[in-house]
Amino acid sequence: MSLNILKQAFQFTLVATTLLLSGGAQAGSLVLYSAQHEQSVNLLTHDFETLTGITVKVRSGEGPELAAQLLAEGHASPADVYFTENSPELMLLEEKGLFARLSGATLAAVPARYNSPEGVWVGVLARENVLAYDTRMIKPAQLPASLFDLARPTWKGKIAIAPADGDFLPLVSAVLAVKGEPATLAWLEGLRANAQIFDDDEGVVAAVNRGAVATGIINNYYWARLHKQLGDSGTHSALHHFGQGDIGALINVSGAGVLKSSHNPDAAQKLVAYLVSSRAQMLLAKSRVDFEYPLHPGIRPDPVLKPFDQLAPPSLTMRQLGDDSQAARLLRQAGLL
Amino acid sequence: MGLATASARRWRPTSRIPLGLMTLSLCVALLVLAPMAWTVAQAASFGLRQGGQLLLRPLVGELAENTLLIVCAATAICAVLGTSAAWFVERTRLPGRRLWALFAAVPLAVPPFISSYAWVSFSPALQDFGGALLVVCCAYYPLIYLPVAAALRGMDPGLEEAARSLGLAPGACFRRVVLPQLRPALLGGMLLVALSVLTEFGAFALLRFRTFTTEIYAEYRAGFDGSGAALLACVLMLLCVICVLLEFRVRGRARYDRLDRGARRAAMRYELGWLKWPVLGGFALLALATLGVPLGMTAYWLFQQGDAATAPVMVSASQLLSACGASLELGLSGAVLTTAMAFPLGLLLIRHPGRLSRIFERVAYLGQGVPGIVIALAVISLAIRAIQPLYQSTLLLLLTYAVLFLPLALVGVRSALVQVERRLEHAARSLGLNSWQTLWRVTLPLVAPGIGAAAAMVFLSVTTELTATLLLAPIGTQTLATEVWADTSTLAFADAAPFAAILIAISLFATWLLMSLYGKSAIPGVAHAGHDHG
Repeated sequence: MSLNILKQAFQFTLVATTLLLSGGAQAGSLVLYSAQHEQSVNLLTHDFETLTGITVKVRSGEGPELAAQLLAEGHASPADVYFTENSPELMLLEEKGLFARLSGATLAAVPARYNSPEGVWVGVLARENVLAYDTRMIKPAQLPASLFDLARPTWKGKIAIAPADGDFLPLVSAVLAVKGEPATLAWLEGLRANAQIFDDDEGVVAAVNRGAVATGIINNYYWARLHKQLGDSGTHSALHHFGQGDIGALINVSGAGVLKSSHNPDAAQKLVAYLVSSRAQMLLAKSRVDFEYPLHPGIRPDPVLKPFDQLAPPSLTMRQLGDDSQAARLLRQAGLL
Repeated sequence: MGLATASARRWRPTSRIPLGLMTLSLCVALLVLAPMAWTVAQAASFGLRQGGQLLLRPLVGELAENTLLIVCAATAICAVLGTSAAWFVERTRLPGRRLWALFAAVPLAVPPFISSYAWVSFSPALQDFGGALLVVCCAYYPLIYLPVAAALRGMDPGLEEAARSLGLAPGACFRRVVLPQLRPALLGGMLLVALSVLTEFGAFALLRFRTFTTEIYAEYRAGFDGSGAALLACVLMLLCVICVLLEFRVRGRARYDRLDRGARRAAMRYELGWLKWPVLGGFALLALATLGVPLGMTAYWLFQQGDAATAPVMVSASQLLSACGASLELGLSGAVLTTAMAFPLGLLLIRHPGRLSRIFERVAYLGQGVPGIVIALAVISLAIRAIQPLYQSTLLLLLTYAVLFLPLALVGVRSALVQVERRLEHAARSLGLNSWQTLWRVTLPLVAPGIGAAAAMVFLSVTTELTATLLLAPIGTQTLATEVWADTSTLAFADAAPFAAILIAISLFATWLLMSLYGKSAIPGVAHAGHDHG
């Protein structure tokens, strides 16, 4: 019986030793805080590791969650690089002075309008806001011309949204930047009256596809992925692109930056430079895993996507779109959060 | 020899609490209280007016409605299902009773988020209220079945026989004689179900049904500060604490009721006649829903080709192995730490009963009523602000497990300590061993089997735990549970299957081992384990 105790004591020591050993950082390794989809990030980090020999440890989470975490951690953060799906989180960290400057070559790899105004983060991928609709429940002619129409009483019960998803906040910020606070609040209150609420875009697109609701606001990515999973026979939905500069056609820019507090800044710069290199962007474009627009010029996106130059997004700079700081407050005020 | 008699003369048994024991117990109690206190403090940072505004917003009303609706519906359905299943197994000549009894207990070994994965991959139409209700009822009705079946077995059959011989029909006899005796077990079980549903997170999140727990997580993901989440957490904690306090009362009474059990004699069993066919059908359906679908769907997806577009990571042998290793390692070290922490507390409760130890006991059991999601979020923000070196470490995750599963370990440790013959310890002391030597050479060997059972229970709960693991696992650590979660939340059902299958296998095996090593008495322990799977 005392053997049992000995065993327990042994396990305890074992655990303690592992803890001590795993505490120290290895040379040539990076910690990446990533809000991008794990399958894309895995493709990229594996390729980067074979290319450079630098190992990348990934912490995955939702964009705003990781940004909040980085803010709270401050200089003690273990993170070297932050890679997220939407620019407002990057703008927030830029304003708080958490990012280091990126090299000119990295910034020059993508068109300047998708980069940080201060040159501290770089746009990597883009995705389009769209309206997914159930082709059995609604005809293309009945679809709204503008995102604002969805707040009208005629759309009651016919729309699904995911206000807690990191992709919805930039849409609110965009409406706020263009229309001002009273109009944004009125729009959100209209949505609240009309919409079924889901936790994330995956939930919205799945609900639309199974006929639980007629339409849903999502990023095009999620529909493409569901379509890939279910095939043509299982897909009962299609995408409606808001056009002509409507806010609904907002393009979300996914980007990355190097933290000032990085323990391995050279390797971190290398990783961010790799993300916008034609090798990495080609890898994603051909992967059939990632359905986003590569921002590196001349790389064709997955053929299931509407060509990038045919999109008609509203003209908003990254600075105008802002840091989402007001979006959560407005969502709460409207009763959506 | 002379030395021994000298120290024997000096040593007398006393009732004073040793300083070391007191300090250790106090540390454990403070550890349990810290995350709750932090949550309340964070919520309080809002101030009365702003906090009130936030609490009275429409969303909170909706969440309260959703949460209370599913708690009440699930508790009622589980009560009916569990009680009738127990009655048919214990009081009728139903064919295959032993098998049905086993089938009614085993669902507790299947974590609710796994059955929710199975159902949602069976049909996406099962999302929302209907699906959520189905999953929690399937997962938690054994929490009623087990105590009610035990109460039926322990009842004095004479009362029923007297009632029947005085002309009461079987239905009236059940209502007027059996049911009142079942009340403590039934009420206790119902409160456990209510508490489990209140704190459930994983199953609801995967079924996209919004309750307080899922919304707390959403607030955390979308918000730039944790205070909004803390405010919702306080509301949820209040509901849970009400359940826990009610359960204390009921449990206290239940123990009292069982004192006058009298001589045991097998109760009479009813002949079902043609009725046995629909009843058998019902049991088969129940087994199909609670075990058939989770196991069947997992097996089905095992043989489907995964799709690279939805899978976070393509499944590989090395990944399976590392997830397995992480789950087992966390389970083992969590079990050791939690049991080690429960030990001083158990010692204090048994050896020094009194007001002080009762307070410690209540504090330890509080962890049972606080949802894993609340504790995990509090631990994260506490670690960032106050204990940086522990931040994102395995030790922090293990400490969180300890807070969550201390009640479980304490039950086992206490029942082991109760059986220790104190005179053996006194003899050891009088022969010259000091208190630590006595503990090491006499007490610990005596309680080792019981402690082993407690540790095994914690191991089982930790390996199937999702919420805290998801939020607190150090960078790069993926367990079986978090892999199932990552795959299912992106609808990559085929890729989740191998992880889910291994998790179910570990859980079933550990449960079987526990039951065969420690007999039926281990099962009520399993009932408590059901608590914080989500």
